Amino acid sequence: MIRAQNVSKNFGTFAALTDVSVDIPPGSLTALLGPSGGGKSTLLRIIAGLETPDTGTIEIGGADSTRVSPQRRNVGFVFQHYAAFKHMTVAENVAFGLSIRKRPKAEIAKRVTELLELVHLEQFSQRYPAQLSGGQRQRMALARALAVEPQVLLLDEPFGALDAQVRKELRAWLRRLHDEVNVTTVFVTHDQEEAMEVADSIVVMAEGQVKQVGTPDELYERPASDFVMSFLGPVTTLHGRLVRPHDLLLTAEPGDGAVPAVVERVVRLGFEVRVDATVAGEPIWAQVTRYRARLLDLKSGDTVYVRELDRVDAVSTSSRESSARSA
Amino acid sequence: MARISLRVVALGYLLFLLVLPVGVIVFRTFENGVGAVIDALTTESALHAFQVTLYVAIPAVIANTIFGVGVAILLVRHRFRGRRLLDALVDLPLAVSPVVVGLALILVYGRFEPIGGWLADRGIDMIFSIPGMVMATIFVSLPLVVRAIAPVLEEIGVEQEQAAWTLGATSWQAFRRVTIPAIKWALAYGMVLSLARSLGEYGAVAVVSGRLVDQTQTMTLFVEERFQNFDQQAAYAAAFVLAVIAVISLLAINLLRPKEGSS
Repeated sequence: MIRAQNVSKNFGTFAALTDVSVDIPPGSLTALLGPSGGGKSTLLRIIAGLETPDTGTIEIGGADSTRVSPQRRNVGFVFQHYAAFKHMTVAENVAFGLSIRKRPKAEIAKRVTELLELVHLEQFSQRYPAQLSGGQRQRMALARALAVEPQVLLLDEPFGALDAQVRKELRAWLRRLHDEVNVTTVFVTHDQEEAMEVADSIVVMAEGQVKQVGTPDELYERPASDFVMSFLGPVTTLHGRLVRPHDLLLTAEPGDGAVPAVVERVVRLGFEVRVDATVAGEPIWAQVTRYRARLLDLKSGDTVYVRELDRVDAVSTSSRESSARSA
Repeated sequence: MARISLRVVALGYLLFLLVLPVGVIVFRTFENGVGAVIDALTTESALHAFQVTLYVAIPAVIANTIFGVGVAILLVRHRFRGRRLLDALVDLPLAVSPVVVGLALILVYGRFEPIGGWLADRGIDMIFSIPGMVMATIFVSLPLVVRAIAPVLEEIGVEQEQAAWTLGATSWQAFRRVTIPAIKWALAYGMVLSLARSLGEYGAVAVVSGRLVDQTQTMTLFVEERFQNFDQQAAYAAAFVLAVIAVISLLAINLLRPKEGSS
C-alpha cells in the first residue's frame, strides 16, 4: 500500500503538485495518467524519494517514508531512458543492488540468472547495454530493479522511448510480469490506451492535481469531468455536451430526440467508419460500423438523423442489427 | 584550388612556428652525439631539476584532480547561489598571466606578509620553496580537469546515479561505482593535460621559486639558466626531454579522446 497525503511540490514558481492525496492498493498495477507537465512524474519521484515534497506525507507499507532516503525505501525505479550502467555488462547491471548489499557471490549469480530468464535476456548476460535494443535495455532495467525484491516497483514512462511495435509488446509483457511477481507497481504514462490496457486502476492527473481515480471501465463509463472524458477517449459535441462518437446513433428516418445532420465526409478506416457531419452548422463526428454505414448508404450531402444511444439502445440496436443481418 | 592553398598556408604556418624550432632543438641536442646528451642530463644539477619538477608537478596534478572532480560535480549537479561566479573563477587562471600569479602569491605568502609570516613562524616556508611552487602550478593548471570532465558529467546525466541510489547505493558508492567509471577517460584526459601543463610551467614558478640553482630549479628553469650561462648542450638536452614529454602527453591525449566520445 502506498499512501500519499496532501502532497504539494513547487519548483520555483511552478506548482508541480497541489495537495495531492491518493491511495494505491497493495499488489495492484496502477497507472498515473495525464498530459505532460501534469505532475505525475513528480509524484512518482516523490514516492521513490528522488524528490522531497514541500508539504504532505508518503507512506509505504504503513510506515511514514516522507523523510526516508531513496536508498532505504526499498523501491525499484525504472527510468524512461533506462539509466543503464553503460560500463557494466547486463549481468553486472542486474547484480548491482545485490552486490551493494554484499550478498554472497553464488546467491547473486543464481538470482541474476533467474531474473534474466524472467525478462528473457539470459543469452545477453555478458553483453553491454550499448549492444542491446531499447526494449531489451528496458527489460534489463526492470530486472535490475526487481533484483533487490522491492516493496514497490515504480516506472517512469517506461515505454516512452520505444517505437510503437515494441511498446505494444512490452505492455502486454509488463501485465503478465506483474501477474507473475505480484509486486505493487505504479507506472507513469501519458498514453491513455497504454493505461487502459495494462492497469487495474488509473489515477488521472493534470495541473498538479488528481482528477479522478478508478478502474479503466469506471473512468471510461463514468468520467468525473469533461477533461477526464476527453483524455480517456475520442469525444465530439452534441447539444453542447461531450459524447463518445461511437455512442451516436445515425438513422435514415427522424426519431425520438434525433436531430437532422448533414453528412460532410465519410472515411472508411478498416472495420469502422468515421462520419463527419454538421448539426445546425456545428461540426460533429460519429463512429459507426461498416455494416451500418452500408445500410444507410452514407454519402456526403445526405441528411441523416442523429441522437445519443443510451445503454438500453446500445443493446437493442446491436441485437436488431444482428437480426437484420440474419434475415 | 582554394583547399590546397589553405593547406599549404596551414602547414607552412605550423612548419615555421612549431616543426622547425622543435626540429632544430632535436638537431642541436644530438649534434655532439648521444653520449654528450646523456652526460648533460646526468649532471647533479640536471637530475636535481628533474626531481624538483616531479615534486612540484605530482602534488599539483593530485590536487587538481581532487579539486577538479569536486568542482565539476558541484557545477554540473548542483544549483546554488554563486554558482556562476564559481564557474567564471575556474577559468580565471587562463586569463591571468602566470607572472602575475607568482607575484600575487609572493604578496600573500611572502615571509614578510601576514599570512606568510605566520606560516614561517611555524617553520613552513611557502615562497622560494616547494610549497609555493606547487601552489603556483596548481593555480595555472586549475581549470584543466574541471573543463575536461564537466561536459561528460553533463552528458551522462543524473539518472544512472539516481538508479544506483534506488538500488541501495550510498552517494559515495554511486560516485565510485557509477560516476567515476563513466567519466574515467575524460578524467584521465584532464589529468594528462594538467600534468603536461605542470611540467612545462615557467612564469609563475620562476617568480615564486626565486630560481635558486640546485634548490628550487625545475626543468624549465634549468633550461633557461643553462642557456643564459652558455651551456647550450645542457639547455638543448633538457629542452628535448620536455619536448618528448609533451609529445607523449599529446599521444596519450589523442588515444584517450575517442574513447571518451564513444563511451
